[in-house]
Amino acid sequence: MPFTPPSIDDVLAGLTERFGSLDTSVSRGQTRVVVPADQSFDALAWLKERGFDLLVDVTCVDYLEYRDATHRYGLVYLLASTTTNQRLTVRVFVDDPDPTVRSVVPLWAGANWLEREVWDMFGIRFTGHPDLRRLMMPDEFTAHPLRKDYPLQGRGERHNFPVITREHS
Amino acid sequence: MAMMPSGSGGRIELPENVVVSRLDALANWCRKNSLWPMPFATACCGIELMATGAAKHDLARFGAEVFRFSPRQCDLMIVAGRVVMKMLPVLQRIWQQMHEPKWCISMGACASTGGVFDTYAVVQGIDRFIPVDMYVPGCPPRPEQLIQAIIDLQDKIQREGTITGREFDTAGRQLRKRALVEIAGPVTIDASRNPVLQRELAAAAEAITSGS
Repeated sequence: MPFTPPSIDDVLAGLTERFGSLDTSVSRGQTRVVVPADQSFDALAWLKERGFDLLVDVTCVDYLEYRDATHRYGLVYLLASTTTNQRLTVRVFVDDPDPTVRSVVPLWAGANWLEREVWDMFGIRFTGHPDLRRLMMPDEFTAHPLRKDYPLQGRGERHNFPVITREHS
Repeated sequence: MAMMPSGSGGRIELPENVVVSRLDALANWCRKNSLWPMPFATACCGIELMATGAAKHDLARFGAEVFRFSPRQCDLMIVAGRVVMKMLPVLQRIWQQMHEPKWCISMGACASTGGVFDTYAVVQGIDRFIPVDMYVPGCPPRPEQLIQAIIDLQDKIQREGTITGREFDTAGRQLRKRALVEIAGPVTIDASRNPVLQRELAAAAEAITSGS
């Protein structure tokens, strides 16, 4: 008898049984599930055990001034199963003043730089991350530039350098 | 003039293989025909820069084909592409490491003005922070445009400069350079994240304790 992988509905049913009622939706064949922030690590660990062994991406959306938004930041975990070729999007919503979730680096080592990027760009703090430094912006940078309340052209950081003239060089 | 033969109306007949010039012009002629570019290529302009140096456009015709990746061996910095604010201290340091005489070409819209990247991360023109001799418009510029900029720069070099290099005012400039370093402060290195530095520091500490 050929191997039939558990359907994504079975996975979601198991997830709901384990973590309570969760908001799920399907858009263009892509399944999305919202997980509470304090249970995100446990839920992702549970999903990894059930075959979603590949962490494709960790990223974030800032919903400031977004229509009908109830939370400020929405983290996005894109999971895939290398055995059953299924995909699942896990959303975790966090809010100011201290947006924090538990790091998934213990589950996927590849999350290290992805979470550093989210920290750098959005200021989401990942507890338990082994090395939560900025990834892209300089260490001395103070803002989180992909937040919607950060101006596109910055706050003068790009002009804050010594000027080297012909006399000085 | 005392050697001037009489009866020639003040004119000296020279052999065909003798050229009369000034030593300054000779120095400038040497400099302009042996420009060694420092490729600071960060974006698509760098591809056109490589095309300019390659066989079809052949920058060697202008004596500028010797790309060197050490700023200490270069005369001409070609900044090809956008420079982000994290990169700018590197650019400034490389520029200061180049020896006089040195020139700078800002190649393309991004290096000259920031181009379409008017965002928090991109420097809006490198000429705000380092001196620039030639600007090349274009996105990216054709190799012909870069070659024209190098030709124009050669004309500029031929007009300026002396054989003694007094315009560089080396001693005075070095003083000001040192003052700039003092303003910026000494380079601090965080050894806690660098295993090689940690090993070296541990070895140095051990040498000190065993020596005393």
